[in-house]
This record gives sequence, structure tokens and C-alpha cells, in this order.
Amino acid sequence: MKKLEVVGIEKSFGSLHTLKEVSIELKDNEFVSILGPSGSGKSSLFNIISGLSIPDAGSVFIEEQDFTGKTGRVSYMQQKDLLLPWKTILDNVSIPLLLKGIGKKEARKRAAGYFSSFGLGGFEESYPSQLSGGMRQRAALLRTYLFSNDIMLLDEPFGGLDAITRRKMQQWLLQVLESLQASILFITHDIDEAIFLSDKIYVFSERPATVKRIFEVELPRPRNNSTLTCEAFTRIKEEILSLL
Amino acid sequence: MKRLESTSKVIPSSIMIMILLLWEVASRRSIDLARMLPPPSEILITLISNIQVLWQHTRITLFEALTGFVISIILAVLLAILMDGIIIIRNALYSILITSQTVPILVIAPLFLMWFGFGYLPKILIVILVCFFPITISLLEGLQSVDKEMLNLLKSMGATRFQCYKLVKLPAAMPNFFAGLKISGTYSIMGAIIGEWVGGKDGLGVYMMRVRHSFAIDKVFATIVIISLLSIALIKIIEIAEGKMMPWLQLQKQKNMEE
Ligand SMILES: Nc1ncnc2c1ncn2[C@@H]1O[C@H](COP(=O)(O)OP(=O)(O)O)[C@@H](O)[C@H]1O
Ligand SMILES: [Mg+2]
Repeated sequence: MKKLEVVGIEKSFGSLHTLKEVSIELKDNEFVSILGPSGSGKSSLFNIISGLSIPDAGSVFIEEQDFTGKTGRVSYMQQKDLLLPWKTILDNVSIPLLLKGIGKKEARKRAAGYFSSFGLGGFEESYPSQLSGGMRQRAALLRTYLFSNDIMLLDEPFGGLDAITRRKMQQWLLQVLESLQASILFITHDIDEAIFLSDKIYVFSERPATVKRIFEVELPRPRNNSTLTCEAFTRIKEEILSLL
Repeated sequence: MKRLESTSKVIPSSIMIMILLLWEVASRRSIDLARMLPPPSEILITLISNIQVLWQHTRITLFEALTGFVISIILAVLLAILMDGIIIIRNALYSILITSQTVPILVIAPLFLMWFGFGYLPKILIVILVCFFPITISLLEGLQSVDKEMLNLLKSMGATRFQCYKLVKLPAAMPNFFAGLKISGTYSIMGAIIGEWVGGKDGLGVYMMRVRHSFAIDKVFATIVIISLLSIALIKIIEIAEGKMMPWLQLQKQKNMEE
């Protein structure tokens, strides 16, 4: 079933044509990556899908319903972790539940239940400034997940991390996803990351961004370190590289 | 770290002691000087022997200052939120607020006395006039400089305007708010004193005028000491409240120091 469908999106900022006829499809329980050069308009697309910004043309459908320009349906993790520095990690992560009208005590209890599987156990009462970069991203991801776990937009969630932490986070994400039901749209400019995580990759062109090509990644799951060196992986990587 | 902290307190207090000692010695040696500048020991003795009278007046001044201060805070929070939320109100009020601050208090004070009598009301009004402005402006500045992306995040999760203020805007503006409070805290005592100078029945300002007219210079200084102590105490209380309300800020500062 189609979870999310974006059809013919156009967006310009003044004279800056940013998105050109962009169409994307995300099926139930699928992991889809958008791979493109920076400044091409990937984040702008997510702003449109999340409803924060309105496209000049085109529509956003969620489960066949028109959600263009409507916020509050999909969960959106932006490039920065955007944790509120004045709230503890547990309170930060509980915010989406509070916004849905759940009482504070119940929200905290529910959120706390996910702390160990998100690798945050013991840091419930810490403030964001006390956490490492990787942990902050995991907290932001948990907050995203608690808002809406069926459709998640992740904008370069690991972009600011060092290479080793990044690799660990990718493996951790795959592992968590096995037990969670979620459809994910994922922005990255890291080719390896896109192949390693995705079922499908949309490669974007330079600005104005159009979908240059769609790759199906048919690597078996669960994926691990050996996935990174297998022949199918390298073949897809070569194809993508030749395209860019 | 610990040593740094303790030396940073030792140096200013030893400078203070040096100045007091010099002052003591100088005014004990010269009678002319002592007439204008009584030695600290004498001021202290005057203060202690007059403590009851002083306390009577202090209570009044404190009442006026704190009442005005609290009203200012409420007024400032309302104004700042309105000005932040509604552009028309911001544009309209901004110039009025600035203008309200250009009128000299010493001109306004006698007018207030004529309009509102010799009671506490004109004093409280003067306190409000000098106090609400710094709080309003700093809070407004804090509200306006909130991270837009944080707001967008909350909006993307369907937060209402009220929730945006409660969860992001007001907490983000807290450091600015407290900076404004600290400025206004000292102004509030000063404002009450100025109001009392112009005319009234009691209060430290009235007392100060009275002892000055009878050339009791030591009592004038004793009053000054009380006024300084009140201001310092108010600032301290505000600082303690600041630390209690924003434990996260302390952690961030510590972290920055370590780096
Ligand atoms: N609100 C905006 N107003 C004007 N220009 C914008 C706005 N948002 C993004 N842009 C511009 O659109 C282009 C694409 O930005 P973005 O979507 O952030 O790219 P990406 O996420 O692919 O790096 C950039 O050149 C950026 O400067
Ligand atoms: Mg981006």
C-alpha cells in the first residue's frame, strides 16, 4: 500500500527555481532515501511534505488523502537535533506526546519505556548539553518516532557525526527498525549510507532538483558489515557514481 | 577551578577592606573631612543605634518598591508577549515606550505628587515607570530571537500558538528576562526613594531628606548603606531565582568553562 505519495512538486524561492516536477512514492514499511548534492532542494521538499511550506504546484498525499500544506501528520527530524536546552532529555522526548494531549505523567512514562532500546538508558534526567552528539541524535530520533511512527522524514540525521559514530548509528538504526513498524523517507548525501539503509533510492539532480533516477536496492536483510563489501553493493555504488 | 573561584572573591573583598580602612584613617585624622565624610565605624554605630527608626522607613520603601516591581513584571510580560505576537501593536507601542523613558523622572515625580497626593500611589507609579521598560525590552528581545527552526519543529508537530510560547518562546527568553529583572531590581529601590524625596510622610527617601536638613550627615550615610544593602539583596534574590529556574544554563556555562 502507498503510505505517502508526492506528485509533481514545484517550488521557487523568488527567482530561485528549487524543485522541478518532483514525484516520490513511499510504501508501507519501506525505507526510501533521497540522495542529492547539497543545496539542491532536499530539505525544501521535506518542509513541503511536513506541511510547513506550501508548494507552488503539486500535491502531497498520505494514505490517498490530500495533506498539502497541512502540518501535524508526519514526523519530521530536521538536520539539527533541535532539542530544547532547558528541558531534560525525557521531557524533550515527551513533547510530541504532550502535544497530542496526553498528560505529563503518562507521557513521561511512555517515553521512558523506549530509552534503553534507543541507547539512552540512564540519561532521562540529563540536559541535552550533557550528551554526546550521537546520543542527541538518538534522542531527536526517539522524539520523532514518538510523534508519528508510521511515516518519518529524516533529514541527514547523521550528517553532523564523525565517521565512526555515523557507522555505528546506521547499524543501530537498522537494528531498531527491525522491531519497529515505520515507513521512512531519508535524506543523505552519503552514497554508502543510502545503499546500506534503503530499499529504494531517489537520486536528485543539481538545482532545480528533479528525480534523475530511481534505484531499487535488493540487498538481503538483515544487513551488516559484510553487506558493505558484497558485490551487489559495489555494483549499485558504481552506477550511482557514474550518474553524479 | 576551586582556587580560581575563591581568589576571584578574595581580591574584590580585600580591595573593599583597604578602601574602608583608608577612609576610616583619613576621616579620623581630619575633622573637616569627618564633617562631610564620617568614618565608616561611626556610620555603623549610627546605623545600629537608629535601627528601629530606619527599619520603620525601610519597610515603607520596600513595600513601595516591591509592589511597583511586581506590577512592572506583570505589565512587562503582557506587553512583551503582545508586542511579540502582533506586529501592529509592536510598531504602535515601541515609540510610545521609548518616549515614556525620555521624560526625566525628577520632572514627573512632582507632577505625580500633585495628581495622586502624598500617599504611596505616586511612589509606586514612579517605580513602575522606571522598572517596566527594561524588563519589557529585554523580554521582547528574547522572544524575537528564538530559534526559528525550533518553532518550526513544534509547528510541524501541530503545536498551537499557546504551546509554542509555553514550550519554546518563553523558556528561550528567560535569560533575557532575568537580565532585565536585575536592572529593574535596583531601579525599583531608587524609584521609590526618588518618589519619597519629592514629598511624603515616611520611607527612606523622606527620612534621608529630613536628616539632611538637620545636617546629621552620619544618618544620611547610614541611610545610603541601607539602600545599597536593599539593592544588593534584591539582586541576590533574583540571581538565586534565576539559578533555580534555569539549572540547564548553569550546566552549559560549566561545560563552556571546561572547554
Ligand atoms: N525559505 C527560503 N527562502 C529562500 N531560499 C531558500 C529557502 N529555503 C531554502 N532556500 C534555498 O533553496 C535552495 C535549496 O535549499 P535546501 O532545500 O536546504 O537544500 P538541501 O537540503 O538539498 O541542501 C538553497 O539554495 C537555499 O538557499
Ligand atoms: Mg538540507
